[in-house]
Order: sequence, then structure tokens, then C-alpha cells
Amino acid sequence: MARNPQEAALALHRFGLGPRDGSIAAVAEDPRGALLAELARPEAGQITNCDLPTSGAENRAVFEYNAERNANQKRRQRETAEVMEKPGKEGAATEAKVEAPTRAQTIPLPRQLFLNEAKARIDAALHADIGFAERLVWFWSNHFCVNADKTIMAGAYEREAIRPHVQGRFADMLLAAEGHPAMLLYLDNAQSIGPNSVAGINRDKGLNENLAREILELHTLGVRTIYTQADVTNFAKVLTGWTILQTASDPDHGGDFVYIKRAHEPGPQTVTGKVYEDKGTEQGRAVLADLARHPATAKHIATKIACHFVADDPPPTLVERLTQRFLDTDGDLKEVATTLIVSPEAWAPQQAKIKRPGEWIVAALRATGETAEIRRIIQAQNLLGEPLWRPPAPKGFSDDNAVWADGLVQRLDLANTFAHREGLAHEPAAVMDTALGPLASAETRRAVTTAESRPQALTMLLMAPEFQRR
Amino acid sequence: MLADFRAPTRRELLLGSGVLFAWTSLPRLARAEGRDPRLLTIVLRGALDGLAVVAPVGDPDWAKLRDDKALLLEGQTPALPLDGFFALNPAMPNFHRLYRAGQATIVHAVATPYRERSHFDGQDVLESGLARPGATDTGWLNRALAGLAGDPSAEIRGRQAFAIGPITPLVVRGPAPVFSWVPRRLPPVSDDTTMRLLDLYNHTDPTFARVLEEHIELAAVASTGGMNSDPGEDRPVIQGGGIQQVRAYFADAAGSAAKFLAERDGPRVGALAFDGWDTHVNEGAVKGRLADLLGALDGAIAAIETNTGEAWRDTVVVLITEFGRTARINGNDGTDHGTATVALLAGGALKGGHVIADWPGLKDAELYEQRDLKPTTDLRAVLKGLLADHLRADDRKLAAVVFPDSEAAKPMEGLLA
Repeated sequence: MARNPQEAALALHRFGLGPRDGSIAAVAEDPRGALLAELARPEAGQITNCDLPTSGAENRAVFEYNAERNANQKRRQRETAEVMEKPGKEGAATEAKVEAPTRAQTIPLPRQLFLNEAKARIDAALHADIGFAERLVWFWSNHFCVNADKTIMAGAYEREAIRPHVQGRFADMLLAAEGHPAMLLYLDNAQSIGPNSVAGINRDKGLNENLAREILELHTLGVRTIYTQADVTNFAKVLTGWTILQTASDPDHGGDFVYIKRAHEPGPQTVTGKVYEDKGTEQGRAVLADLARHPATAKHIATKIACHFVADDPPPTLVERLTQRFLDTDGDLKEVATTLIVSPEAWAPQQAKIKRPGEWIVAALRATGETAEIRRIIQAQNLLGEPLWRPPAPKGFSDDNAVWADGLVQRLDLANTFAHREGLAHEPAAVMDTALGPLASAETRRAVTTAESRPQALTMLLMAPEFQRR
Repeated sequence: MLADFRAPTRRELLLGSGVLFAWTSLPRLARAEGRDPRLLTIVLRGALDGLAVVAPVGDPDWAKLRDDKALLLEGQTPALPLDGFFALNPAMPNFHRLYRAGQATIVHAVATPYRERSHFDGQDVLESGLARPGATDTGWLNRALAGLAGDPSAEIRGRQAFAIGPITPLVVRGPAPVFSWVPRRLPPVSDDTTMRLLDLYNHTDPTFARVLEEHIELAAVASTGGMNSDPGEDRPVIQGGGIQQVRAYFADAAGSAAKFLAERDGPRVGALAFDGWDTHVNEGAVKGRLADLLGALDGAIAAIETNTGEAWRDTVVVLITEFGRTARINGNDGTDHGTATVALLAGGALKGGHVIADWPGLKDAELYEQRDLKPTTDLRAVLKGLLADHLRADDRKLAAVVFPDSEAAKPMEGLLA
């Protein structure tokens, strides 16, 4: 096969996380084959050799940490109160001692856990040969998003519910995501109780429809498709009892998924015209399995994939082909991804999409071979409006160009700062060859080579349309 | 990577690197003359237009060379007279005051040995001290300092060099230990970078061009309360919010450098770099971008004078750039890459108050390649003179190690008081 560096560079930007030194040459022989080969590796999309704790373990550790912190706080309050009662010289000394621990500079445990998870994710992105599998992880993690403000398990959730299934079946990922404690907390199902269940009657509590609605609207069928309000309500009833084991009552398994029959709405439920008998969790599993193979779901997912990777307004033939492949293979996500790569519509030379902030930051590090402290990367993503695992709504971060174009000026600030830290160490023309190769337009080449300094040249490169887009 | 604006405190830096210990334990070297010399090098990246800083107002060919862009002694913004032949850009009143007090010197029609016009190569030659561009990772200032070590006649206290700014300039990198200090304030995106990017987007990406243009307009409104119209210009002049930030950064960075130099047992040699001098479009030497930048530079020099305090009398600040710009104005009211330019020296240790120039003239035939100010002084001669007379660097080392292949450029004498 003839070498195709143009398509290789496109492959790395559009489907990967940007070229590293030598990447373009390495895949120029067969760019599409290289993408598929990366996906075919068993460890693709997985975080291997990591000693990160499970989500349940993280949950329990944070529970203990918070309990201890509260106790310390109360102990100090009590001591202060005692000191106030007997003033004098001794009092002043004790007061100073009481003050000190509040100024402790150690990183709080929840923050540390978040940083560890974030680092594992960014390291996987920086070390990937191409990054296609990681991009799929990012895509699915955003599709089934949770929010780290509401659960400390956001990072572990991605490892446990998303990563194992990026090359697997959509139905399995759907079940893993909706049944994960992080999702049950994020979309309030943990507190949803069947009104006619034992717990519902005894405690006079009821349904929370949040998770059921978002599964139908965002995760599977898509908004304004075939479901009604009655479907949402009934599906919510089906999901009652899917909750989390209280850590206070079970220090060994607290935070894990648990099905509590006492809170489950008894009886059969009708969802989108089909009756599901009450067989405990099997009732919910059966609904999810049917949603996963529904044609509306296939079309919704296919459209979203095409919009993410190809264009805001993707070619209908591409969406059609992805939909069909999804249906034909019973939602085999590896087959769907393969179809995307072998579709000619996915290879239009025009770089239609603006990279999302996280993709751009990682691409900049890959292009220059630089590394960065994880908290700086997190700060940068915050600044650019894509805080890691903190989407603005259950819909996740947008895939529309219009949303990200306005952040261009913030990107310029960051590129300038980065270039002034690192720019002198790099030969601008060499970084341009690494990062863009044949994608660099004559105008961009000129802007980079005629910059007044190396830092300015690096800024121009990182801000060039060919580097901002994919 | 990117957005961490908190630099370590100086104390953290020093403790972390062990430099604090190293300073205090240095043997006090003989200082027969009772001097304690300091040298700060400021690299002006982008190629400063020397003719726009120090104009040859006494040259009969000057005014017509640049027409209404020429700096003159008359007019709305008259240049500041220096010696009857040359005059200083009016944006630099501090430097003018120092010149009159004998604490500033100008060398004109000066250039490094580099005769082509690439910024990156030109900066490499300027900072490496080598005669040609090429792979190098040490600068002349660092090699000079390293050479002073173990030389009992050398008169310098600190054995460490320092660099101010997020990146250590090449000029100060090398075998002698360097510590770097990053000001809390980082250099803002320069108007020049923004305008270059806008130009790129205008040719390649209409969406990005629109976003950036809107931002520029908003920034102009925010900083001036409205778009400014320059009399005589038919289009609005965009004034970004940038220049106040640039002034603040220049003063902050230079002022920090001065504080290090002033320390009793602090470093004596340092470097920093200021960007933004590549004025291809709307140079604005009299009023506009270059005037603004020169004003910021003048503020930086004032900050150094203030913050060195008593040590100012032992200080020399040398401001150098990779090359000059075309003698004539180009089609965009700017200037393109040229050859000879100025070097500016300031400091209480100087025997200043004069412009040193073997003036080549400005007639077509007198210009280098009929376009640039012709170089008549080798910048290395100036720098060697400073290193020899101010730091008492050894002549042979200067020729062999610091500026190899510079035999023809004899150290310039008489710069120091």
C-alpha cells in the first residue's frame, strides 16, 4: 500500500489524540489499518497496571475520612468551649494549639483520589500510540456522564462501567453504567422508592424519575422519540430498589450496588408498549436490554458518534450505515467503530470539528513531548470550560462547534503561557512537522516560521486551525 | 501544564536548590577597587528597530527615508535630543535622564556577526555568542561567568547566574549554575501575537477570525472606553488591553531582577527577555505599538534603577536584540527584518552620556544590501568590553570561550567609569 502521510495526520487528529514524535510516519503505511489494529488490542481502552481502588473502596475510605474530620472539628469546638469557660494565660496557649490543625496543608483525601484517577486517565491518553480507543472511552464516558461534584466515584466509574465495554456490546455498557453506584447517586435513583413498596408505604416516600427519564432521553432512545410520560414513570418504578449499600451500616461493602426488594415497586410494569413482569432486578435488566436493541437507540447512538468524530451535520449516509451496523451486530461497539473508520465519509479532508479542550491540551503535550503536573492539566481544562468529570448537565459536554469556538481566546492565553514555559526548548519547524506534517497549510507554515521568537512560533502552531480542529 | 500562575516563592526556590547556602559560603574575593559589579542582560526578541529608538536626526537623508514616520526634533511628539546628531524616542524619558546624567550609553549601527534575517537563528547567534547559528545549549553570559570562577583577579561575588521569566534565556544557560525566578505575573499575550493570529485566521478560518476579532474589539472597549480613532487615519486603531499588562510585566520582571542584584550576597549576573519587537505592520514608532513598548521598556529601566538602590552605582544593564530592521518603511507602515540596530546600556557604573557610532550614512549606496542600516560596530566588541572592564574577565578567555572566532572584534574600551 502506498504511504499516505496526509491521511495518517488526519487519522491521528480526527480519531486519535494527536501525533507524537514520529507518529505520522509510523501509521502512514496504512492509517485506517493502524486505527483498527489499536482497537483490536485486548488492552485498548483499559487502564492496566493500576493500583487504584474500586469505587466501593474509595467510597468507604472517604466515608471514614469525613467522619473522622467531623469528629475532629467537634472535638476542637468542645475544647474551645471549655477554654472559654476558664480564661487566663493557659487559655491563650490552648487556643493557639486549637487553631493549628485547621491550617493543615495536606491534600484532602477526596481531592487526592480525584487527582489519582485523573492522572490515570491523562497518562493513558499521553501514552497511547494513536489514542483511538481512549477517544472512544472519552466519548462513552461523556455519553453516560456522572458528575464528580455529586459523587467521589466519577473516575472509578469510568474505569469500571465504561472502559471494559468500549470494544464490547452497548447493552453491557448500558447495564454497567445505569447500575453503577456513581450513576445511581448522580441521577438520584438511590433515593427512589416504589410508592407501593413496603418502604414506600412505611416511610411515605415515593418515586424519583430522574434516572429513568435520562436513560430514555439521553442514553438510549433519544429525546422526542417513542416514549411517553407514562413510560418514564413506569420505568422509574421498574428501577426502584436499585440503590447503594449504606457505608455506616456495612463498613466492608458500603457504597456497593445493592437491590433492596423492600423499596421496589411491586407488580408488572408497561414500558413502551411491553409488559415486564416483576422479577426483581431482572425486570430492570429486561427493560434495559430491550432499549439497547431498539432502532431509535441505534439511530441516536450512530448520530452522536458521527457528530462527535466527523461533523456537526454529518453525512446522512454515514449515520445510516452506522445505525445499520449497530442493529445488525446487536450493538457491538467495536463493529460500529470499525464501520466508522472504513466509511469514506469519515475521511473528508476538511477538518470540520473543533477539538474539545481536553483533546487539545493532550494534543499539545503529545506534540511537544512535554509532561505536566496533573493539577495543572485539570486547571487548564477548567479554564477552557471542560472541567474533568464535571459536566454542566446529564447531557454531558456539548459536541457542537459553536460551544467551543468562543473559548478560542482562553486557548490563546493558555497556549501563550505554555509556549513561554516550554517554547524555547523546541524547534518550531520540527514540532510543526511532528504535529501537523502535511496538514500544515502554507499560511500556517509561514506564520510559524516567521514568528518573532520560538515561544511565539509555538503559540501560533498550537493555535493554528489545523491544530485546533480535527 | 498551562494555567498554574503561582510561582514558588524565592525562598522556596533557593532552599530547594541549595543556592542560598552556596551564596553565603562563597569566599569573598579580593575587590581592590572596592567595587561589587553587577551585570544584567535584557534580550529584546523580535528585532528592535534601532532607527526608531535612536534617530539620526542630523543625517540629511533621515527625514526623507521615513517621511512622516521619521522621529524628528520638531513636530507634535518631538524626539529627545542627545548629542546634536542623534535623538531619542520620546517614549523613553527615563533613559534620557540617565543619558544626561552620564549613566546611559548608546551604541549605534551595531550588529552581531549574523547576516541573514531569521529570528530564531539570529537569536541563537546573539545569545550563544558563537559566530554562526547552530546547535548550542550555552550562552556567552553563562560561559563568561563560568570562566570567572577560579580566576583570583576576577571581581565578582556571586557564582550563580539568574534568569527572570518563565523560560531561561539561552544567553544565561550553561555550565555555571543558574537559578530562575518566575514572576507571579506571566507575560500576557502580546498584541503582536494576537494580530498575527488574526492574520492567519483571516486567510484560513473565518469562524476563528470572527471570534478573535470580536475579542479584540471587546478588549479595546474595555481598556479605553471605546474604539480610538487616530486623527489622519481612516480606520479605527485597535487598542488592546495588552499594553497595561505589558508595562506591568516588564516592570515586574525587571524590578525582580534588580532586587536580586541588590542583595548583599546575591547573584551578580542575570538575564531576562522581553518579546514583541517584530514590527512588520503599523510599527507606530512615534505614537502606537513600538512607542508603547519602548515606554514599557523605559519603565523597566526605571524599576531597575529604583530597586537596585545603592547597588545602582555598580550596575550595568545591557539591552540587545538579534538584528535591526529595514531602513525604509514597508507597505504596511512597518519595517521588515534588517541588519544593524542599537545596543542600549544603562547603569551607574557607566561612563555614559554619549552615542558611540561609526555612522555609515543612509544613502542607498550606504545601506547594507541597499535596504538595511549597515553594521559598523561588532556587538561582540561592546559585550567583550563590558565583561573585561566591568567584571574583569580575562581577555584570552573572552576570545577563546565566551566569543569564539571574534579576534577582529577587540573589546571596546572606555565604557566604564
